[in-house]
Amino acid sequence: MASFVTRRLIAAVFVLLAATFLMYILVSMSGDPLKELRESSAPNKLELMEARTRLLNLDVPPFFRYFIWLGGIAQCFVGQCDFGVNVQGLPVNVLLQQAMGSTLQLVVSAQLIAIVVGLAVGITTALRQYSGYDYSITFASFLFFSLPIFWVAVLLKQYIAIGFNDWLAEPSIGIAVLIGISIVSGLLWMSVLGGNGRKRLTTLAVATVSTGALLAYFDLTDWFSTPSVGIVGVILTAVAAALGVTAISVGLKNKNALRGSLVTAALGIALYYPMTWYVFRFMSLPLFLGLAVLSVVVGGAIGYFLGGRDRWQSARTSAIVSVIVSAVIALEGYLFYWNDYFNSTRINGRPIATFGSATPNLGGNFWVQGIDTFTHLLLPTIAIILISFAGLTRYTRSSMLEVMNQDYIRTARSKGLTQRTVVVRHALRNALIPIATIIALDIGALIGGAVITEFVFGWSGMGQLFQKGLVAVDPNPVMAFFVVTGLLIVIFNLVADLLYASLDPRIRVS
Amino acid sequence: MVDLNLALQDPQHDGEPERDETTIEQRETVGLSQGQIVRKRFFRHRGAVISIVVLTFVILLAYSSVGLHVWGLTTPGWWPWHWRETPPLVNRGIPTLNLVPGPGFGVGPHPFGQDVVGHDIFALVMRGAQQSIMIMVLVGSVGTAVGVLVGSLAGFYRGWSDSLLMRFTDVIITIPFIVIGAVIGRATGALGAAVLGLMLGLFAWMGLARLVRGEFLSLREREFIDAARVSGASDARIIFKHILPNAVGVIIVSATLLMAGAILGETALSFLGFGVKSPDTSLGLIVAENQSAFATRPWLFWWPGIFIIIIALSVNFIGDGLRDAFDPRQKKMPSPRALARAATRRARDKRVSA
Repeated sequence: MASFVTRRLIAAVFVLLAATFLMYILVSMSGDPLKELRESSAPNKLELMEARTRLLNLDVPPFFRYFIWLGGIAQCFVGQCDFGVNVQGLPVNVLLQQAMGSTLQLVVSAQLIAIVVGLAVGITTALRQYSGYDYSITFASFLFFSLPIFWVAVLLKQYIAIGFNDWLAEPSIGIAVLIGISIVSGLLWMSVLGGNGRKRLTTLAVATVSTGALLAYFDLTDWFSTPSVGIVGVILTAVAAALGVTAISVGLKNKNALRGSLVTAALGIALYYPMTWYVFRFMSLPLFLGLAVLSVVVGGAIGYFLGGRDRWQSARTSAIVSVIVSAVIALEGYLFYWNDYFNSTRINGRPIATFGSATPNLGGNFWVQGIDTFTHLLLPTIAIILISFAGLTRYTRSSMLEVMNQDYIRTARSKGLTQRTVVVRHALRNALIPIATIIALDIGALIGGAVITEFVFGWSGMGQLFQKGLVAVDPNPVMAFFVVTGLLIVIFNLVADLLYASLDPRIRVS
Repeated sequence: MVDLNLALQDPQHDGEPERDETTIEQRETVGLSQGQIVRKRFFRHRGAVISIVVLTFVILLAYSSVGLHVWGLTTPGWWPWHWRETPPLVNRGIPTLNLVPGPGFGVGPHPFGQDVVGHDIFALVMRGAQQSIMIMVLVGSVGTAVGVLVGSLAGFYRGWSDSLLMRFTDVIITIPFIVIGAVIGRATGALGAAVLGLMLGLFAWMGLARLVRGEFLSLREREFIDAARVSGASDARIIFKHILPNAVGVIIVSATLLMAGAILGETALSFLGFGVKSPDTSLGLIVAENQSAFATRPWLFWWPGIFIIIIALSVNFIGDGLRDAFDPRQKKMPSPRALARAATRRARDKRVSA
């Protein structure tokens, strides 16, 4: 194992060296870095050209210039990376540090949501193969697969951002829209849950009526202007999370796990008022992260001690419940400060941003800053999700179908195991093996999508670094972008191999 | 599966010694050549067949309407406007296409509308579609050719040539397509769409090379290759006559999917400004040039986008149909109705014979 990793790492270093060399030469030869100066009418044109030539070592041929650049990168090993300077003479290190944070935020949040949604939809389509739901999702994923991301991004800007902002100024749901949304959600639930004719009709009715009632309630209480979860909302979601997570992960028959997750939910509900009254005002990022970790640990501990025989199983269940309940309480924190954000002079009642990664000079506390990040992330994230989602559902569906047709699934069924056990325990775990590697290998496409999305949304991240650098034939920022992405790709390739080996005992790395 | 087979078997009399052991899949393909089987399965995929019709229509429309303009060769099209002409604005440039019966029904002088200086958007989009389709086909064919060459050499000869070629593949695959494409487009975009397509194709072969290598590695160990070698076939003959035809399914499917990726890649590059350059145009460039006018003239933005989606979607569907057609494991499940019919027939026959 160790020797495999070492060998792969050494190979990766050489691959990266060759790839950076290729990129450096191609970028340096892609145009004339002095073109704008050559065409300018400045009186000191020659001096400016001279200065830039000296700044970027343009008098050295690209082949040798690469080694000057590589010398700067090599200093990373002594803790002082030097990515060189860009055309304006700014150090690329600083630019890269600023850019990396916002791009990682975008890419990671988009990919995490896409994984959750994509897996859920992929699994359900596989379980309802050849149903109307399956066909519509298949068609939708083909459509998303064929969507140009830049085009979607512009559409999102127009309809989601501007349309939603307009709607928020006067939020009210028309009766026709309400009925339409309710029926669509009813149909969706019906086709996902399936069953015989009678069960389908019941699902349809229940889902339609409850969606309609919820929307009507929101509309009547003016929820969209003063959003909040409230203690009732927290109780409902906490209990629903406890029951739902237990039902999916271990089954409701497991009383110990059920007790653990219900106790976790109750603890969350009990903490609602203390949190909103005493803790929210002092929230900061370290405290927030600390509380998040604490919630996982506490949830796990409750599950573990109430777990009976299968301690770890119930610990896992309770930990998931705990995360969900904490997320709902955190959501309450954000909603609590929503109006502060909404009415702030920098926002002026148009919260969904179409440009940049943060509102400049916004001020405000942790929550307001958080909302600001969220509203800026929303549209680019949707754009990236739409594209990743398509591939993920297709892969999950086919992988799940392949596993569900295996003989051992039939054996599991003939033993009399419940549908839940067969699907979650026997099928899903094995179906996830190829998906895990595909997710790890998809990082290159993800970064490509991020470059385009950042361009459309004026997001000052690594994509901008690349795009602007390339326009100016400025190798240093472009190479800084490529070193980071190339490193990520190589690392994720290695992770994919190791993941496969650790998930599938039939594969041995040697 | 056995039950299904039995249920669908022809009526048989009990006590008869030999039973028909052919499965449904076998029976469906009995007496057909490989090509016929693939064709039959492909035409069963409704989405793929519709896509072929749609794609053919789009290609004919694009290339006949504004005529061909490649390498000095110019043929006239049936559309009255050239994409660089600026006729006077008709009705503030709003599209004249109207499919609602009543007054104004019909195509009108500018079905897709005009931009602010009067360019006819239909002509512009047709020209853009021509260029995008050409780049798509060029990337697909160059990428496939290089990929098959690299993959087959690596897989067939193994040893040091395999290591060398595959390490080279590893190096290039580390660079995301949009990144290397942007660098290539920055350098060659001004030289015209054809050169851009060829150059992009030179950096789009890596996935295919890996797949083809895998196919070659497994196929070259099979008995029929040994047989060919023993009877004195040269390496070239073994590669081209014996192995490649067996790997053709994988190659065609990935070539199609490569093309679907290529059109999205090209339009994205042109959108970023690293692809086709003005005065020529491509679908991505039209979107890029007009994205700020979205609020006032949305048609400038809708039409090129819709054409990108139509082309990419139909190529994707064709790829899916081809994958189903070439997949030997693919089974066609009989519908529940057919199963029930077969079961009643069997029961009736049993009664008759008893």
